[in-house]
Amino acid sequence: MKDTTLVVVGMATLAAGTYAFRLSGQLLRARISFPPRAGKLLEAATVILLAALVATTALTEGHGFSGFARPAGVLVGGVLAWRKAPFLVVVIAAAATAALLRLAGVR
Amino acid sequence: MSSIGRTLGRDVLRDIAVTCLAVLFIGLSYGATAIASGFPLWVPAAQSVLVLAGASEFLFIGIVAAGGNPLAAALAGLLVNARHLPYGLALPDITGPDITGPRVTGRGWRRMVGTHVMNDESVVFALAQDDLPGKRAAYWACGLGVLICWPGGAVLGALIGSAVHDTGAFGLDAMFPAVILALIVPDLRDRMTLQAALAGAAVALAATPFLPAGLPVLLALVAVLPLLRQRPSAVTAEAGATAEPGAVPKSGATPKSGATPEADGKSGEQSVGAR
Repeated sequence: MKDTTLVVVGMATLAAGTYAFRLSGQLLRARISFPPRAGKLLEAATVILLAALVATTALTEGHGFSGFARPAGVLVGGVLAWRKAPFLVVVIAAAATAALLRLAGVR
Repeated sequence: MSSIGRTLGRDVLRDIAVTCLAVLFIGLSYGATAIASGFPLWVPAAQSVLVLAGASEFLFIGIVAAGGNPLAAALAGLLVNARHLPYGLALPDITGPDITGPRVTGRGWRRMVGTHVMNDESVVFALAQDDLPGKRAAYWACGLGVLICWPGGAVLGALIGSAVHDTGAFGLDAMFPAVILALIVPDLRDRMTLQAALAGAAVALAATPFLPAGLPVLLALVAVLPLLRQRPSAVTAEAGATAEPGAVPKSGATPKSGATPEADGKSGEQSVGAR
């Protein structure tokens, strides 16, 4: 690690800025009164954000493709969740699928 | 907060525990990666407590280790964490009583901690509960669990080091997306939400090769625009199709209205109504 001071400043910036993001959404929410339908839309927006997060973390690494093992594991987990399998089964099946595929040489 | 266990029930608590365990495992790899990249123990330890947002911390460590400016790395991390703003917009009254409301007990340290533990996991568990007490309890249980497990995993990973460096071998990298996906599946059973989520995911994936990390996920929010246009009109169409606006009959009463608007009307009604 080259410059400790600069790293500390960077860490503090990231921590403070992240906290500001966490706080500002709530403060905005408290200032503005939303009709019930807007609440539903905001919830839909959150689901869209989370779905995009699932897609990007499952399929990409940096700016490229993550390889087949990880999205295959997530897909197995998704199918199990859709068929109402227990949460623990979903999570373990996703990890196990990815691990077994890699063991078999699939990247 | 002592009522968290009573409010949530065993099943939700167990799911939260599983999620926190997954977070701990990812934290192990984070701590190990930081040490392997040449950082002293206190960097992942402090980051994991003060930032408490995994993806941005991985990114920060990666950019600085590659010789990047720490301030540039912080900005990149902030871009990744910008999604917490819409999270806060979508989850009212979670961290305490509304600050504009009559009770202000949520103003002090409780609100500060409650704000800090806002993350993908706590938000998605809150979203998955039906009523406000359930949402609040799930948010706090998962948030506090992550507050313990993420730094705990990071420090442990930094101490055992390279032993846990290759998390891919155990498929741990598939856990985080699987956790989030499993928790939004109930929402995705609503057809319009599913369409919007798929469109958003496609936008994010298409943008990933070209945009800095974090921005593609935010760009996915454009998928909410069709909902803005369709939902109100769908409700209007439904109300117009029946003679009395207040009535809630669900028969395909007007055959002339055509297939598409009627289908939209149905799913629109469904999602605006009891859910």
